[in-house]
Amino acid sequence: MTTAIDPPVPAPPGSPGADGGEAQGANLTGWRLTVREFLKNRLAVAGVGILVFFILFAFLGPLVYHTNQEATNLLNTDAAPGNGGGPLGSDSNGFDVLGRLMLGGRTSLEIGFLAAILATVIGTLWGAVAGLLGGLIDAVMMRVVDVLLSIPFLLVVLIVAHRYGSNTWNLSIILGIFSWLVPARLIRGEVLTLRVRDFVSAARVMGGSRSRLIFRHLIPNAMGTVIVNITFQIADAILALAALGFLNFGVHYPSTDWGSQISDAQDALSNGYWWEVFPVGVCLVLVVMAFNLIGDGLRDAVDVRLRKR
Amino acid sequence: MAGYLIRRLATAIIVVIGITLVTFLMLHIVAPEPALTILGPKATPAAIRAFNHAYGYDRPWYEQFITYLNHLLHGNLGDSPKDNQTVVSLFKEKAPLSAFLSGVSLLVAIVVAIPLGIYQAVKRNSVGDVTATTVAFIFYSMPVFMVALILIQIFALSLGWVDPNVSQDQTLGGALSSWPELVLPIVALATTTVAAYSRYQRSASLDVLAQDYIKVARAKGLPDRLIYTRHLIRNASLPMITLIGLSLPALIAGNVLIENAFNIDGLGLLFVKSLQNDDYNVLLGYTLLTAVLTVIGNLIADVALTLSDPRIRLV
Repeated sequence: MTTAIDPPVPAPPGSPGADGGEAQGANLTGWRLTVREFLKNRLAVAGVGILVFFILFAFLGPLVYHTNQEATNLLNTDAAPGNGGGPLGSDSNGFDVLGRLMLGGRTSLEIGFLAAILATVIGTLWGAVAGLLGGLIDAVMMRVVDVLLSIPFLLVVLIVAHRYGSNTWNLSIILGIFSWLVPARLIRGEVLTLRVRDFVSAARVMGGSRSRLIFRHLIPNAMGTVIVNITFQIADAILALAALGFLNFGVHYPSTDWGSQISDAQDALSNGYWWEVFPVGVCLVLVVMAFNLIGDGLRDAVDVRLRKR
Repeated sequence: MAGYLIRRLATAIIVVIGITLVTFLMLHIVAPEPALTILGPKATPAAIRAFNHAYGYDRPWYEQFITYLNHLLHGNLGDSPKDNQTVVSLFKEKAPLSAFLSGVSLLVAIVVAIPLGIYQAVKRNSVGDVTATTVAFIFYSMPVFMVALILIQIFALSLGWVDPNVSQDQTLGGALSSWPELVLPIVALATTTVAAYSRYQRSASLDVLAQDYIKVARAKGLPDRLIYTRHLIRNASLPMITLIGLSLPALIAGNVLIENAFNIDGLGLLFVKSLQNDDYNVLLGYTLLTAVLTVIGNLIADVALTLSDPRIRLV
């Protein structure tokens, strides 16, 4: 309820101005209603909490907890937690595990965000254009999506990452370029229902160009679907990166990601060095879970039909 | 029905041709000089030119594509210079074990997920439902190799029930002779699949339970057991048909990861090894094979759905 009482401060995200007009209630804009609804969902708020914790942990943590993640320390390898190693021990190269978790977390989060944004931008544009134009162009564009969706994602990404992936940017682009297909389908579906609505016809009759229709009317109104999709997309990208890392095709030294860390420590398990595997695993699962929780919460909050009046 | 089948088949064939083109082009762009992988990094330019000419790598890509298509239609996927074998014979050697792993784990997943999802829907918000939903949510967010590592830690290292090293016998028969070692990989694969399926099964069952025909069945005094077995299971399992068809790429990805986690000598391990060896014919062949399987899976799922759901009679 507190969010409803302080109206003037935050400008609602997106461009809900005149276009979001229909969604405007008496006092609250559509977005603020969504936020209010989202905040009622305790699991989703917990997801935001976990996520904020890990963002602080990965990006600000290294400023507080200094470790050397570039030079190996071969005199202090596989040290147990608190026993010569740091709070979480050291790995087979003598790197401090807690510090390495921060470094790997930064890469994983960065790649997750970048890949998801890239995929969503491509997918949204592709889906909106296909849905608006319809007919033959739509059919051809959607067959392209069908073809690409049939090729198992992990295999394609592995093949390309083996050759071009080695740092954050390349891996983000590779993961993003091959994961826009699902958002494209979602947005096309959304646009198909939107384009026959009166406000779109009105804009068309007033002489609005196609790009104006797409950017000012269709995409802003499909924004709910887009934002929900981004969160799931980030979770998927982080999982895909972990899979690449696990198979030794993740980012290269001196950087690392959570999947590569698990892969490096796989053999350590049979020596009883559990601290090299399970803390990373817990972080990975918690972050992916946080995004899934946020996504579920957002989906319920955006869907007006599920809202209690 | 026949018309629908024919149109569906025609689309599938177009998609398969598209897949072949995309995969071929992608590997054509990504592959470095194939001559360097085979002749070694110290090959002379003259040797490379001779090699490229002999294998047709100096011709434009569309000619190479047509040659590849032609070979493909004759069941020839090229050779694997690293293993000194044809790609087809390599696949024949490794496929049974991979197919067994995926097939059994999929079967286990279906047998567990459908009753679980229905139970959760029937006992909605009970302790059992909340527990199952939470556990499923955790496993849904967990990569399959992490499940594998947890299983190894618990059942192989801590409890010592099974050997963490899977038999290195390549044949399915050999691997089956020491079957306890295959239990963990199958459980790991099945767990992540159950986590995904039971979520859908639960929400599908909830939808069905809200339908009028369930109310009618209740109103006429049918006992709960009969309502669930006669009306609920059959209707609530329909979405699973589509879901199983769509989850083939995930199963294949799971297979690649699990075979690497447990060092099982199947197609998934072969793929990753070929990637490290730049063995492009194997990569191309495996990607094509899995993509075509995906298309076939979707096709079968669509047809099975129209057959089993009389409401879907597409003209």
